[in-house]
Amino acid sequence: MLILAVPIGMAGLGGLFAERAGVVNIGLEGMMVLGTWGAGWAGYQWGPFAAVVAAAVFGALGGLLHAVATVTFGVDHIVSGVAINILADGVARFLSEVFYTGNPAGGGVTQSPPLKGNAPTLSLPVLSSGPDLLGSLERKHWFLLSDAAGILRGVTSSINIFVIFAVLLLPFSWWLLWRTPFGLRLRACGENPWAADSLGVPVYRMKYYALLISGAMAGIGGSLLVFVANIYREGQTGGRGFIGLAAMIFGNWRPGGLAAGAGLFGYADALQLRSKTAVVGLLLLVAIVLAAVTVWQARQGKFIQAGIAAVFGAGSFVLWLVVDRLPDAFVFFTPHLTTLLVLSLASQRLRMPAADGMRYRRGEDK
Amino acid sequence: MSALRRVGLAPLAPALALVVAMIISAGVILAIGENPLVALRGLFDFGDNAKSQIQAVAVILNRAIPLFLAGLAVSIGFRMGLFNIGVEGQYRLATIMAAWVGTSVLLPRPLQLLLIVVVAMAVGAIWAGITGILKVTRGVSEVISTIMLNFIALGLASYLLTGPFRGTPPGSLTVATKDLPESGRLPSLNGVLVALGFVEPRSDLLGFLIPAAVVGVAVAVLVKRTRFGFDLKASGLNPTAATTSGVNARAMVVKAMLLSGALAGLIGLPDLLGDTYHYGSEFTSGLGFLGIAVALLGRNNPSGIALGALLFGFLDRAALSLQFAGIPSQVVTIIQGTIVLAVVIANEVSGRIAIRQAERTGAGALTAGPAAGDQAAAVATWAGPRERRAAPAGPGPRRRAPQARQGNPAGADPAGRVRPALAGPADRRPTGADLLQHVLGHADPGGPDRHGRARRTVR
Repeated sequence: MLILAVPIGMAGLGGLFAERAGVVNIGLEGMMVLGTWGAGWAGYQWGPFAAVVAAAVFGALGGLLHAVATVTFGVDHIVSGVAINILADGVARFLSEVFYTGNPAGGGVTQSPPLKGNAPTLSLPVLSSGPDLLGSLERKHWFLLSDAAGILRGVTSSINIFVIFAVLLLPFSWWLLWRTPFGLRLRACGENPWAADSLGVPVYRMKYYALLISGAMAGIGGSLLVFVANIYREGQTGGRGFIGLAAMIFGNWRPGGLAAGAGLFGYADALQLRSKTAVVGLLLLVAIVLAAVTVWQARQGKFIQAGIAAVFGAGSFVLWLVVDRLPDAFVFFTPHLTTLLVLSLASQRLRMPAADGMRYRRGEDK
Repeated sequence: MSALRRVGLAPLAPALALVVAMIISAGVILAIGENPLVALRGLFDFGDNAKSQIQAVAVILNRAIPLFLAGLAVSIGFRMGLFNIGVEGQYRLATIMAAWVGTSVLLPRPLQLLLIVVVAMAVGAIWAGITGILKVTRGVSEVISTIMLNFIALGLASYLLTGPFRGTPPGSLTVATKDLPESGRLPSLNGVLVALGFVEPRSDLLGFLIPAAVVGVAVAVLVKRTRFGFDLKASGLNPTAATTSGVNARAMVVKAMLLSGALAGLIGLPDLLGDTYHYGSEFTSGLGFLGIAVALLGRNNPSGIALGALLFGFLDRAALSLQFAGIPSQVVTIIQGTIVLAVVIANEVSGRIAIRQAERTGAGALTAGPAAGDQAAAVATWAGPRERRAAPAGPGPRRRAPQARQGNPAGADPAGRVRPALAGPADRRPTGADLLQHVLGHADPGGPDRHGRARRTVR
């Protein structure tokens, strides 16, 4: 689960930097695609460290393009982002065609040769490696205790160090954005660029920095996906850039909320890999959550909303009772459906940066 | 301000963008060690006899028809600043439902065709309507919800295809719905071509060309000549003003999404009714995303969208002949992507130049009175959804400048009527030289300081 939540979180962080600086970044998905390609290309030649660096650089190039279009030329942010998504797919395909077809190391139009070597991993000393206390506890099969140990061991042993690095980027981003002058200036550009400009903040340059960071983060998120399969494959991102964006919106444009959102969507994402029956279990969870929503809404006096939630809750409960195995196609879109449901239930009290998505031209008023 | 000049210079920005995109693509081809001139020849290589030439034209048109419909569907949302990214999912779901209904019911030909079309439009509209309703009731951004609904629609379509709607026997290589009965097929236009004295092309010219053209005209009339079209544009440009004049903004969102989705439902029909007769795993995909590009190219204008669709059809056809010339066919995608980016940038820049000129030379017009201000609200064809917040609350002479800034020099119809308010030379269109000057002289983004505001700020 961690391995799938982190790429989403990275895309979300990318979105956070961009939107805190006032630029909506729908192009995250495209930047992530560029990142996966860069990781595959550098990875099969020079190993995993080069893969991450190349992914960051490729992603940042996508961010640079977005910055040129939206900041310098004032193109609508969504338009530019959509164009970047279309372009990134074409570029990745084209580069694969040029570099991978007929490559002696393997690969083809849709995938790279396998990465050279695995990413180094790290385990928590004593608990998960060496004496491996958690492991031995897990093997004892004690009720609940062993399960908890198993989960803990899962997230503390043999973790790709880049995943750890990415997780650490989250508190780092919070510190950078909320505790440094750079972060203050960057956020000022997202809230009120006119005021920021009058105080001497170089608004255009800050937005460029933000988008470069944003693209690099999305690219690194893409490289983590490459590590999962140890190969670059076309369509590897599977819309996770968009889900990351949704996680950020769900998290109310804050790193903490973003992490919660990424965890939630990563969980839904992981379920489809784990087992088909687990998704059915999710239905029960949805039913319980919706029942809670019903009670809460009814106490607030909002009976229509309560009624809707009750109907859907009962529906998913019935589904849980009758279905024991969902078709693959349904499992495929579980994370997206979860995203949509969560957003439609939760996006009422969110507050985006005040000047987010607005076109800012220096010297012109709103 | 001759009409000739207005017509002559408006396409200059896209044309210049096209040239820039071509230069970039040539650079890409050079970078991989191929000759761009060979690629250029590949683009225009229609074959050396009449048969293969007419074949090339048919291929281009066949590709352009669904792209045109996709562009129209996207443009309806764009006109009011709604981003319907979900056209892809809408048309895939609509096509499979239409294919299924078309095989389950047997009616005389006109009715059968009508039924298929109605089902496709209804499914597209319902799927898009979910987004509209989520937006007005729950405040979910349509960008995110349409993207998520895309994934859900693709999953549903693949479930339906492999499960209940599957027409091919289990174990066969192709997975598809049953073929449409004879009464559900649209005849090709090859007969018309022959009657007009052309050679018959190898593959069929899709019969949906004519309905698509009718839909195009209908949409053009709807958005330019009716109350609905005006409301659509007004709610995109200035929702506050639109609400004040009695437009129900929330209802407009839902209506626009329904219409956009209904048009999206048509996208798969040209191929379904005229070529494949079934929906399968090999059915053309990606048209929804290309439709966004086509709508951007055509500036949400039906005739512009038709041109954009033809351009994309032309480039797609070239993919094969490029492959023969030893150039990776994906160059075409790169050319398309660069063209779109270059065109939106050129639109933006030329728009700004036009406004700057209008402000510089047409300052006298600012005293034209409140009536002119009212009309100014109608100027412009394009405004991003976020600009809604930026738009000033009420029209009036003092507010004039910022409203004009959103103006699009493409000059949609209402802009043409408003034009007299912007006196004389203000009407001058940006020329290519202006564009270049603007791009090159961009080192000072501050521009002329019209507001008397200090440009060098104190740190």
